[in-house]
Amino acid sequence: MTNVQTTTSPITAAFARARAERRVALIPYVMAGYPDLATGEALAVAFGQAGADLIEIGVPFSDPLADGATVQHASQIALEHGMTLAGALELAGRVSAQAATPLVLMTYYNPIFSYGIEHFCTAAKAAGVAGLIVPDLPAEEADPLLRAARECGIALVFLIAPTSTDARIETVARVAAETGGFIYCVALSGVTGARDRLPEDLAAFIARVRAHTSLPLAVGFGVARPEHVAAIGRIADGAVVASALLNAVDAAPPDQRVATGVAFLRDLQSGAHLDATSSP
Amino acid sequence: MTHPAETTTPPTSQPTYQHGAFPDARGRFGDFGGRFVPESLMAAIEELERAYADASADPAFASILAEQERTYTGRPTPLYHAARLSARVGASVYLKREDLAHTGAHKINNALGQGLLAARMGKRRIIAETGAGQHGVATATVCAKLGLECVVYMGAEDIRRQSLNVFRMKLLGAEVRPVTAGSRTLKDAINEAMRDWVTNVATTYYLIGSAVGPHPYPMMVRDFQSVIGRETRAQCLDQLGRLPDLVVACVGGGSNAIGMFHPFAGDPSVRLVGVEAGGSGVESGKHAATLVAGRPGVLHGALSYLLQDANGQVTETHSISAGLDYPGVGPEHSYLRATGRATYVAADDTAALHAFQTLCEDEGIIPALESAHAVAHVLGERGALRPDDVVVINLSGRGDKDINTVADALGVTL
Repeated sequence: MTNVQTTTSPITAAFARARAERRVALIPYVMAGYPDLATGEALAVAFGQAGADLIEIGVPFSDPLADGATVQHASQIALEHGMTLAGALELAGRVSAQAATPLVLMTYYNPIFSYGIEHFCTAAKAAGVAGLIVPDLPAEEADPLLRAARECGIALVFLIAPTSTDARIETVARVAAETGGFIYCVALSGVTGARDRLPEDLAAFIARVRAHTSLPLAVGFGVARPEHVAAIGRIADGAVVASALLNAVDAAPPDQRVATGVAFLRDLQSGAHLDATSSP
Repeated sequence: MTHPAETTTPPTSQPTYQHGAFPDARGRFGDFGGRFVPESLMAAIEELERAYADASADPAFASILAEQERTYTGRPTPLYHAARLSARVGASVYLKREDLAHTGAHKINNALGQGLLAARMGKRRIIAETGAGQHGVATATVCAKLGLECVVYMGAEDIRRQSLNVFRMKLLGAEVRPVTAGSRTLKDAINEAMRDWVTNVATTYYLIGSAVGPHPYPMMVRDFQSVIGRETRAQCLDQLGRLPDLVVACVGGGSNAIGMFHPFAGDPSVRLVGVEAGGSGVESGKHAATLVAGRPGVLHGALSYLLQDANGQVTETHSISAGLDYPGVGPEHSYLRATGRATYVAADDTAALHAFQTLCEDEGIIPALESAHAVAHVLGERGALRPDDVVVINLSGRGDKDINTVADALGVTL
């Protein structure tokens, strides 16, 4: 069953547009407050202007247990710069005023819980946030946030992992269908971080998820290169790129960081066109 | 849903303690507990829950565990009447001697139980976190005995202050991996162990050492540690012909305390007091007194009391004792606090150090600095206790590991 919010969600529209243009949707990641407040914000705006389909804005947390070294480091620096959930919402508000790209906020649960769930969803909506990814909130614990987000017209994006049983995939897909947005398929068993290659069983995993949902599927964790994006385009609807992007930005001289980030995104976009990559 | 502002409720809406009712099917103790973990771990946690339910229902498992507790751990541990401490305090004080258990602390109770469970599940690789090193030593011990691979994550700061235990773990065949992230203490070691578990979930058993983490860990750790309280209760009835008036235990994550408290929690006449690490003083902000000074939050898979800033970031803690240096606490303690069934207080570093010395001099027992916090609280109760009051302190571990820390604190160069 399709509800009103699902059909009108800017996230749904972004995936539909990418599909119509025969592209896999690209979802670059920015850590709020990293490498510093101004550069993080400039990167998000530049990604929007460069044609990112969605932008994921990471909120730093003191204990990012689903993250590998790159995001842990960025998180720590962002916290040292004083970034908070409230600060990330302010940043999202400024970005959405400058770019039409839908924003998805990625945060661990405790900052939301501490902020107050309903209060947070209202503020997120006002800041132009279209979706939420909460990596330590499985479907079983999601009811309070799901309810509040739905009332505000915000999609709660659930993760499904290669270890998820078919029974769990079915449950998560059912819950996710009520909130719209997309399903975040965790490509590998592990933490976030750039990898050289995608796992060999990725296609089989995505097929297992696809069997239970018609929502768009985005693949993240370990996605680092245009050929990864191209491979994901053959089996799913979107690719999330975080650590590899952070690494590229990190390696650039301070005055080149935004340009480097955009160049990295454009390189990934070269793998995003389905027609260019679908020949055997 | 529990809103932080609503959970610090006035006493009028205090929920009533229901013994034996929790955890429920969702892994909740009242409002607390649950499973706040990445989806990647959910299947493993469900597998663990089934395996533990299966083992719990199997008399053969209980019988192997009981036999190993008796012949390997050295249970039952004594309940000792501390005569000179009693005279000092002005009440009848007994020590539950978990320091006499194999490896020198209560941690072996849980490590043995979970180790047997892991072997039963066919998992050959065990990971663990450790703060003071006692859980790491206990896990390394059980892995050696059962022939399992053992990797222990330990904060770099804790490795520095607990070098003796680090060497013990290595002797026992474990690999000790230093954790340099964050505050470089127990909470960061748990983060890193969880990352390892997510990565190696198919082959690896995560042997959590405290009554924290996602369901079923808090229940499972409580169950394996409850041997402490069951023995103590039976020993009180046997040796004294009555139940104690007051039972005191230190609380970091809370495993020794929940193991001691749980079997007494259904006895309304027995007062339960948990003693947290007051560090440099609760008012200084440099402490680890989660239930005294924290508010509800989510860390390491469970909703429980948490030391956090106004933005929901977990704050760094301080304690002279590595084993109590943790910003969270087991969810069942949050429930015991919320219902008023147990009360929680803090003892600061100075009081703990004084209690450490007092127990050495009065009783010839060198306690772990963690356990010294519980002793400190009882010393502070002098005058408030009646001479015929029976007080039991859970002496959760011995203090050999803390000799360097204590020497430092006393300005002595070894």
